[in-house]
Amino acid sequence: MQKIGVFICWCGSNIAATVDVKKVAEAALREPGVVFSADYQYMCSESGQRLMKDTIKEKGLTGVVVCSCSPRMHEATFRKAAESCGLNPYMVEIANIREHCSWIHKDIEEATEKAVILMRAAVAKVNLNQSLTAGKSDVVKRALVIGGGIAGIQTALDIAEAGYEVDIVEKKPTIGGKMAELDKTFPTLDCSACILTPKMVDAAAHEKIKIYAYSEVEKVSGFVGNFTATIRKKARYVNENLCTGCGLCTEKCPSRKAPNEFNEGLNTRSAIYIPFAQAVPKLAVIDPAACIHFKTGKCGLCEKTCDAKAIDYNQKDELIERRYGAIVVATGFNVIKLDNFEEYGYAANPDVITSLELERLMNAAGPTGGTLLRPSDKTHPKKIVFVQCVGSRGQRPCDKPYCSKICCMYTAKHSMLIREKYPDTEVYVFYIDVRTPGKNFEEFYRRAVEQYGVHYIKGQVGKVAENEGKLRVYGSDLLLNEQVVIDADLVVLAAAIEPDESAKKIATMLTTSIDTNNFLTEAHPKLRPVESATAGIFLSGVCQGPKDIPETVAQASAAAVKVVGLLAKDQITCNPCVARSDELLCNGCSACEKVCPYGAISYMDKEVNDHGKREVRRLAYVNEAVCQGCGACTVACPSGAMDLKGFTNKQIMAEVDAICR
Amino acid sequence: MSVENKEFKPTIVAFCCNWCSYAGADLAGSGRMQYPADVKIIRVPCSCRVNPMFILRAFQRGADGVILCGCHPGDCHYSTGNYYTRRRMTMLFDFLDYLGIERGRTRVEWVSAAEGARFASVMNDFVKKVRDLGPNRKITDLRCKPVEKEGE
Repeated sequence: MQKIGVFICWCGSNIAATVDVKKVAEAALREPGVVFSADYQYMCSESGQRLMKDTIKEKGLTGVVVCSCSPRMHEATFRKAAESCGLNPYMVEIANIREHCSWIHKDIEEATEKAVILMRAAVAKVNLNQSLTAGKSDVVKRALVIGGGIAGIQTALDIAEAGYEVDIVEKKPTIGGKMAELDKTFPTLDCSACILTPKMVDAAAHEKIKIYAYSEVEKVSGFVGNFTATIRKKARYVNENLCTGCGLCTEKCPSRKAPNEFNEGLNTRSAIYIPFAQAVPKLAVIDPAACIHFKTGKCGLCEKTCDAKAIDYNQKDELIERRYGAIVVATGFNVIKLDNFEEYGYAANPDVITSLELERLMNAAGPTGGTLLRPSDKTHPKKIVFVQCVGSRGQRPCDKPYCSKICCMYTAKHSMLIREKYPDTEVYVFYIDVRTPGKNFEEFYRRAVEQYGVHYIKGQVGKVAENEGKLRVYGSDLLLNEQVVIDADLVVLAAAIEPDESAKKIATMLTTSIDTNNFLTEAHPKLRPVESATAGIFLSGVCQGPKDIPETVAQASAAAVKVVGLLAKDQITCNPCVARSDELLCNGCSACEKVCPYGAISYMDKEVNDHGKREVRRLAYVNEAVCQGCGACTVACPSGAMDLKGFTNKQIMAEVDAICR
Repeated sequence: MSVENKEFKPTIVAFCCNWCSYAGADLAGSGRMQYPADVKIIRVPCSCRVNPMFILRAFQRGADGVILCGCHPGDCHYSTGNYYTRRRMTMLFDFLDYLGIERGRTRVEWVSAAEGARFASVMNDFVKKVRDLGPNRKITDLRCKPVEKEGE
């Protein structure tokens, strides 16, 4: 018989205001096996834990139930406390009477009754708990970073600086991501390329960092400390080891009609191309969809031009398998497609552009060499209208419900830069709210209004229509309560940002969760913001939620620290709640092996002693280092031999019984 | 009958997978989203850990409804667990319906860790359906129920 202690936490008033904790404590004493119960203001506090530890020692408890917040919050805390005074940590169970009870019910009687039942179920479970010992597994001392934008680069640099190997896998031909496309950055107006490209070079030059550009992660298996990833290195049709990045081939290429992705499609590039001058790795790549050789079998000019003999039309995709201890997702974002926003006429008018396109039009390395010209007739725009929250904070199906966070600031930046360079250009900004929560952000915005005379109009734009070579913008001014019509030369849409389309696929591959907007979910919004709920998978940058560059870099470094903390260990403790087969019941049918997603179950011939009868039988054998404890096999097993430690059939049945009593 | 139904407080067992639905229930809690106290949650590592035996046991012991919640198909923490759940439960629920445990008393729902509001609305809806059906008397082992709850 167990000797169980039940501890009921008030959680200040979070639990105690709705649940009569004294009553729960009294009820606990009537449960089988319970020898002690107490309520305490904060069980997770140092003194609360001391109460638990002292009682374990004094009363010689063999099991503990803590009625408190979610086990996802403090199960580890209480298990660690129990372990510190000699009780096996897996003899501790949590009854979740906060998230699943006091916070969702208002009636004290009803909530107390439910708390008693939840406590009872936990006690019933602990009565059947057994001490579990966790195994150890080795940690592969290498990290994988998926995505080579500023988030991925920063994470990789920090991990490498700590002395561990890192691979960056980037799907584009160069690392750099969205930040490489930007002109200046707020709120300091320093040049984006000047602060980013040195980091790109550092990453490429670092002896611990290996960059797989133009590659994608195709498959990931394994678990924390021991992942195996399959990387598809897409064919560049250029031999990386021979190409010098001289760019001669790109000048000679006769096919020049492909849209230039780096310039947001504002101009065209050749079929063989180097994304931009500071690309890392600086290697040419052939776009087979545009290349004349791939379409007709003729041409071959680049091959003839290349002195290094680097062109290889027969190159094939290469599959590389590498092992990693930790994986960081840094897949970043894209600007939403504006096809469904007909009111702004984005598709119909070349002079209606997104803010990212404006970045390219103002960038010295952009299609216009940094001179702001209208895409339609290459003239200087004299009147520019910025429209905020295009697709952000909306309720329609094409809208995103969230705030994209960066638009208010980059629009202030754009309007300021335009007024600085072209003082004769008038700038109007239609906004719902101006959001400037950040260091020096509000001051920056005030400068745009006060120093640079940018006209901010609180209100939304209903329609943008072409009118005699100009764009007629119909908007409303909510402060003056009147309609506003502006004949603009250029309209810039602050389009919402969304996670890169690869995020969903990668989340599925890594078995980590995403929210309804396809942002990856962090393990805890406040206390574990850079970890995913899946052990060994970390989050960096906008894949987790909208953020600007300073925040992205901060989060990237935070993720790196978490990775380093993991890689610094030689071994990690495995989950002891794994499947176990009862030798006497197993008939070797293979049903469990077929459903195991990890291949953790194998078969071996073993001599068993079945009630005095000795014979050799084919038995299921669970590799505890590989089993992740899902329990699929336990249900598949027709003879009931397979069970899951920590969640045994008997334990769950006991919980069911306690709830239905 | 209608008066009895108004006061009827069903016993509802909800099996929630640790990674998605249990976290979704936590989120419903942190968001203070109300749903009836009739729902009692049992945490399992994956929805595929739920043995049909547990569900039979619940009904036998007097549960009025059983709901299983897991990650959305394709998002299972263990890759494929919820697919097994879907298949197994489709068969089991048909079988239970045949025995007289109506389809309204059994349900599988996918709730992600980010769907606190969905968790609450699923539970509200399920409890309402079970309340409308009234107490489960079909396979309840009468020996398991206290006298006053039965035989009025």
